[in-house]
Amino acid sequence: MSEGKSTVLTVAVVAEQNSASAGLLGTGQRLANEVGGQHVVLVAGATDSEFANYVSQFAGRVVTNDSADLGSSPSEGWLNFVAATSKAEDPAAILLANDTLSQEITPRLAHRLDGSSIGDAHAIKPSEGHLVVTRSVYGGKAVAEIELTSNPAVVWVRAQSMDPASVQEPSGSIEAISNGESSEIRTQLKDTHAEESEGEKLEDAQIIISGGRGLGGPEPFEDLAALAKVIKAQNGASRAACDLGWVPHSWQVGQTGKKVAPQLYLAVAISGASQHIMGMADSKNVAAINTDPDAPIFKHCQFGLVEDYKNVIRPLKDKLTEIL
Amino acid sequence: MNILVCLKQILDPEVPVRDFAIDGSGLQADPNCANQMTNIFCENALETALQLKDAHGGKITVLSFGPDSVKDSLRKGLAMKANEAFMVLNNTGHQPDSAATAKVLAKAIGKMEPFDLVLTGREAGDWGAGQTGGLLAEELGLPYSAFVDEIEPEGEDRLILRQQTDSGWNKISAPKPVVASITNSDHNLPRIPKTRDIILANRKPLTSWSLEEVGISEDELAAEQQKARIKLLSIPEGKSDCEFIEGDSLEDKIDNLAERIVAIARSV
Ligand SMILES: Cc1cc2nc3c(=O)[nH]c(=O)nc-3n(C[C@H](O)[C@H](O)[C@H](O)COP(=O)(O)OP(=O)(O)OC[C@H]3O[C@@H](n4cnc5c(N)ncnc54)[C@H](O)[C@@H]3O)c2cc1C
Ligand SMILES: Nc1ncnc2c1ncn2[C@@H]1O[C@H](COP(=O)(O)O)[C@@H](O)[C@H]1O
Repeated sequence: MSEGKSTVLTVAVVAEQNSASAGLLGTGQRLANEVGGQHVVLVAGATDSEFANYVSQFAGRVVTNDSADLGSSPSEGWLNFVAATSKAEDPAAILLANDTLSQEITPRLAHRLDGSSIGDAHAIKPSEGHLVVTRSVYGGKAVAEIELTSNPAVVWVRAQSMDPASVQEPSGSIEAISNGESSEIRTQLKDTHAEESEGEKLEDAQIIISGGRGLGGPEPFEDLAALAKVIKAQNGASRAACDLGWVPHSWQVGQTGKKVAPQLYLAVAISGASQHIMGMADSKNVAAINTDPDAPIFKHCQFGLVEDYKNVIRPLKDKLTEIL
Repeated sequence: MNILVCLKQILDPEVPVRDFAIDGSGLQADPNCANQMTNIFCENALETALQLKDAHGGKITVLSFGPDSVKDSLRKGLAMKANEAFMVLNNTGHQPDSAATAKVLAKAIGKMEPFDLVLTGREAGDWGAGQTGGLLAEELGLPYSAFVDEIEPEGEDRLILRQQTDSGWNKISAPKPVVASITNSDHNLPRIPKTRDIILANRKPLTSWSLEEVGISEDELAAEQQKARIKLLSIPEGKSDCEFIEGDSLEDKIDNLAERIVAIARSV
């Protein structure tokens, strides 16, 4: 990749402690191997934290910052930390996950480091000194390869669909840096709220049952929830159902919602717009219940039932309860 | 409060898959395969601004960078009750990347009266880049929050921005002026302009600047837009054939469906 101040090419990974970190670390590790460079992982928090230790199994080096004031403004805290560390490490690429904070700081980091940025990478490869990112565009109707010509290439990736990292012997070193001269913190996190959800997160679910506008209102989602309970599934929704206020936005699956990859995705009264497909195309099996046999969702299904959901959901629940 | 909303005109993102096509360059969608329209998240942003204005007073300006046709998006913004509209005309025939766009927007904003709040959409439904808002904040040297779906004043000098997160929301206090990118929610569905307001919109001020007038040359723009270079664009093939569940009766079909589901559920 491009010539930096250092002779060794560096791939930096910004790791937060969440379900995205395994795939993200895997992506960083593979890319570093491909370019014959070093894999540096940035972790906020104390040098001796459990997470820093966990990450060190996969990385050449772990850089932490225990003085970062992430509590009052996590986004600006991370931004300052990563920008300051990157000025010292001079990475050719900086990889982030697909969570809110990563998406928020990606363009800002690129600007501060005079690099280039893009999001939602499905695949990343080095080419002629630069990164080439593969991503879905036009709401999933096309796929593009985009070359980031200005290093560092700052990219957030679809971490959940990436293979995890493999353990390295020996573990990487863990060192703390100070932020140096960082720009001031201007925003303040006042309050934070997590929607109640039983069981696992949508991104990690093995079975997902989603509902769409064709359900006609919020009440049928209660039947979908009862059905989900029987087969230990989580519930999701189309954007239309979320926009109508029937279910929280954290349920939205798609281009601008969650990217999921369960063993089974059951779409009930969802038409299958390309933007919805973008969020669930990695599912192992897709099934749908829809009154319209020509609904685009069926093009993505292994099996489907053309029927009014009203006649299906409750008897299906009873049948599943009986045979499971 | 003085609010700027950035509107991007894009190819209708809901064009059916069968109508979608790539143009002769092989690097962008065929502009003739669908209508041009305002990106939905920009309209969510304008709606958010309008509600702030309705509740607390102020003025809303809409800004777009693009070919002559962006006037339609700006006129619609005026019909929704924005007060003023500005455009930077792009005659180059190319769509610049987010970095170049943010530069142009920042230059245009520099020529206007100061704003308390600058809004963009979270991402545009064409390339789905989602980069312009954050880049624009850096160009302007302002704080930034992404995925905001609600804004309220906090005293005279600050705003509370509600940000959608992976699991719920954050409330962030930010000093004015601030840049925020807006996402969709159940309370910012864009209003439909009244016929009367559509007519009146034609009389509201719409200023068009050339690139030179905002202080950037076509060469500079071309150099800037090399940061994210499109190498390949292709249409993926549709995949599986769906097996439609059959049965003699509805009960039969539901039994068959249940069997299929159970087979997968047992394997997880
Ligand atoms: C930039 C952008 C980003 C977007 N991001 C997303 C995203 O992240 N996620 C997302 O989902 N969408 C997204 N969309 C919106 C997307 O384009 C569609 O508008 C949306 O997915 C439609 O939701 P739906 O399928 O629930 O509704 P509809 O398209 O209205 O489909 C309803 C379906 O229900 C069926 N139906 C009706 N009655 C019944 C019944 N009684 N029984 C069974 N079936 C019935 C109908 O046949 C129809 O197929 C985005 C759009 C844009 C422009
Ligand atoms: N040409 C443009 N003119 C005005 N606003 C734009 C333009 N391009 C991007 N934006 C703004 O930036 C947001 C995100 O766009 P993007 O980064 O292209 O996904 C849009 O919703 C707009 O608010």
